[in-house]
Amino acid sequence: MQHIISVLVENKPRVLARVASLFARRGYNIESLAVGPTQDPAISRITLVVNGNEDILEQITKQLYKLIEVIKVGDFTNTSYVDRELALIKVNAPATVRGEVAQIAEIFRARIVDIEEKSLTVEVTGTPDKIDALEQLLRKYGIIEMTRTGRIALARGSKSL
Amino acid sequence: MKMKGAQILIELLKQEGVEVVFGYPGGAVIDIYDVLFETPEIQHVLVRHEQGAAHAADGYARSTGKVGVCMATSGPGATNLVTGLATAYMDSVPVVAITGQVGTPLIGKDSFQEADITGITMPITKHNFLVTRVEDLATVVREAFYIASTGRPGPVVIDIPKDVQQKMTEFVLPEKIRIPGYKPTYRGHVKQIALAASAIMNARRPLLYVGGGVVSSGASPHLVELAEKADIPVVHTLMGKGAFPESHRLSLGMLGMHGTYWANKAVMSCDLLIAVGARFDDRVTGRIDSFAPHAEIIHIDIDPAEIGKNVKADIPIVGDARMVLAELVKRIESKTNPEWWQEIEGFRNAYRPVYKAGEGKLMPNYVIQVIYEKTHGENTILVTDVGQHQMWAAQVYRCEKPRTWISSGGLGTMGYGLPASIGAQIGNPDKRVVLVSGDGSIFMKIQELVTAVNYCLPIKIFVMNNSYLGMVRQWQGCLYKGRYSCTRLKNPDLVTLARAFGAEGLAVEREEDLESTIEKALSVKDKPVLVDCRVAEEENVLPFVPPGKSLDEMILG
Repeated sequence: MQHIISVLVENKPRVLARVASLFARRGYNIESLAVGPTQDPAISRITLVVNGNEDILEQITKQLYKLIEVIKVGDFTNTSYVDRELALIKVNAPATVRGEVAQIAEIFRARIVDIEEKSLTVEVTGTPDKIDALEQLLRKYGIIEMTRTGRIALARGSKSL
Repeated sequence: MKMKGAQILIELLKQEGVEVVFGYPGGAVIDIYDVLFETPEIQHVLVRHEQGAAHAADGYARSTGKVGVCMATSGPGATNLVTGLATAYMDSVPVVAITGQVGTPLIGKDSFQEADITGITMPITKHNFLVTRVEDLATVVREAFYIASTGRPGPVVIDIPKDVQQKMTEFVLPEKIRIPGYKPTYRGHVKQIALAASAIMNARRPLLYVGGGVVSSGASPHLVELAEKADIPVVHTLMGKGAFPESHRLSLGMLGMHGTYWANKAVMSCDLLIAVGARFDDRVTGRIDSFAPHAEIIHIDIDPAEIGKNVKADIPIVGDARMVLAELVKRIESKTNPEWWQEIEGFRNAYRPVYKAGEGKLMPNYVIQVIYEKTHGENTILVTDVGQHQMWAAQVYRCEKPRTWISSGGLGTMGYGLPASIGAQIGNPDKRVVLVSGDGSIFMKIQELVTAVNYCLPIKIFVMNNSYLGMVRQWQGCLYKGRYSCTRLKNPDLVTLARAFGAEGLAVEREEDLESTIEKALSVKDKPVLVDCRVAEEENVLPFVPPGKSLDEMILG
C-alpha cells in the first residue's frame, strides 16, 4: 500500500543524505521524494511516498526517528490531506495541433509557460492521477521531455504535524 | 578568552572527563597532538594501526562504562577506524571518534589524504559531525558525547578540518544541549509495565531472555531481583554474558546457535518470553518463525525501532532496562514455577557436555575450562576474539558480573580481541585482563602487541591454535561436504613471534603441561604474555543450530 510520509528535519547539511541512505540500507523503496524549507528556516520538510505494509511503515517511521536530526514523522494514510505534484511537459505542437493541445491543457487547468514555433511547455499541478491523465493525452502529439516533482502534502484542517 | 580550535577540543575533552585517548597522529591532526603534548590530564595511548585505536576505545568503554575516545588523521587514518566504529555500532558501545580532515578549502577536491568520513560512516555511527566553523566546535563536542552515551549508546564521529583546528575564536562553554529531534525514552509506559507484571504472574513457563542492554543500563541487580522473586529461569545472549550471574541457580546459560541445549529447549517450551535489552538477532533465534512458538512476548528495549523489527511483541515496553525492571519488580508478587523447573531439569539431564581431554590431544574447551578455573573472579575481565574460541569461551567461561565479558557480538570482528584487551587493561589497571583468541583472529591485529608491550600491559593472551580458520572450517565440514577451501592456516611460531615483540611467549601441547603453563603465564606482571595453545585441529563447537534451523534442531555431536 502506498503511504505519504512527512518528515520534519533540522535544516542541516547531509540530512537528506541520511534519510536517503537509511532507505537504501534498510531496503525500503522510495516512490517519490520532495524536500524544501518550512516557515521556520531551521526546519525543512521532506515528503516521501513509499510502498509497504503496516509493519514496514512502522519500521520506516521508527528508523527515521532514530536519525538525530529528524524531529517529527507523520504518515498521512488514513487521514484527510491535500497532496500535489507539479509537472512540466514539453510537447510537439506545430501550428496544426497547437489549438488542440492548448485546449487539453485548459481542461486540466494547466498553464502554457513557454511557446516556440514547434513546441510548447505546459505546467500542471495536481494529484498524480491528474498528471498521469494529462501526460497520457499529450503523448500522441509527442512529448519531447518532461519532469515531475515529488509529491508534497499537508493535512487538511487547522492542525499541523 | 581566545583559543585555537584544537585547544577548544582538548578543553572540552577535559570537561567531559576524558582521561585517555587512543590514537595515531597524522598530518591532519598535528594541531590536536600539539595541544595534547602539553595536556598531562589526558593520557594518549599510541596504537600501531587506527583500527586498534577504535577497538581499544571500545574495549575501554565496555569495561568501564565510560565513553571511549579514539583519534585518527584524515583519509586512511579515518577509514582505518571504520571497522572499529561498525563493531561499536552493532554492539551499542559509546565511542567518540575524532578525525582530522583536510582544510575546508580543500574539501571535495580529492585532496591529499581526503576521505568523506562523515559520508562513509553514516550507516555505522549513531551520528556524525563535520565541523566547518570553529565557533561550532565546542557545541559539537558536547553534543557528540551526549549522543554517544545516552539512550541506546553508540559511536559518534567528529570530523574536524585542519583549518578549523587552527582558527582562533572566543571560547565559550556551551550552554544546555538542545537537540530537538533527540529525546530518548527512559521510563517505561506504566500501563505496559502493569500488563507485563500480570503476564508474569499468569505465566506457567516464563523465561527471561537478556542481552547487552542489561549490561549497558546497569540493570543487573533488578534483573536478579525479578528472576528470584518470580522464580524465572534466565537465558542470555552473547552480549548479555555477565548481565545475570552464570553460576546462579536460575541461569540456563546462553541461547542461540551455540547456546546450551537446555537454554534452547526452554525457549522452545516457554509460554512467556521476557526479552530485556536484546534484539532477536538471527544467531539467537535460528529460524525466526519457529522461535519461541508457544510464548507470549514481552519486549523491553530503549530503542523503539528494535521492537517489532524481527518478531512481533505482544507487550512492547520502550524504556531503559534498569528503570523498567525496577518498576516491574515492584508490581509482581513472589511466586514459584515448580512444574516448569521440573521440565527444565529434564532438559538438563537429557544432554550434558563434558569438557574432557582427548587421547593425547589438547581439547580447546578443556583448555578454556582450566583457564576459567585458574582466573575467574571479580577481578578478571575476559576478552575474546571471534570464531570457535569465542563460542567455547562463551560456553565454558562463566561470568558473574556485568562488564567482565568483552566480545564483538553483532559485527563479529576478528582482530577485535587484542586491541579491546588493551583498552580494557588501560581502563582497569588493577584488574586481570585475559584474552582468549584464535590463530585466525590474533593475526588480524597482531601489531597491537607492540602497544601492549610499550605500555607494559600484563594481558594474558591464550591463542586456541588449531591451524585452521576454525569456525569456517566447521561450516565447511558440516554444511559443505568437508571441502576445506582456504581455511588451513600456516602460522609462524607464535612463541618466537611474541618474544620478538618483547612479550613473553609460551606454548602448551600436552594436557599435563596445561596447568603449569597457565600458572606461569599468570605470574608475568610487567608485560603481555602470549600462550600458544596447540589444540586439536578439527574440533567443532557444539551444540550447533545450523543457519535457518529451529533452536530445537541442534546438532549435539
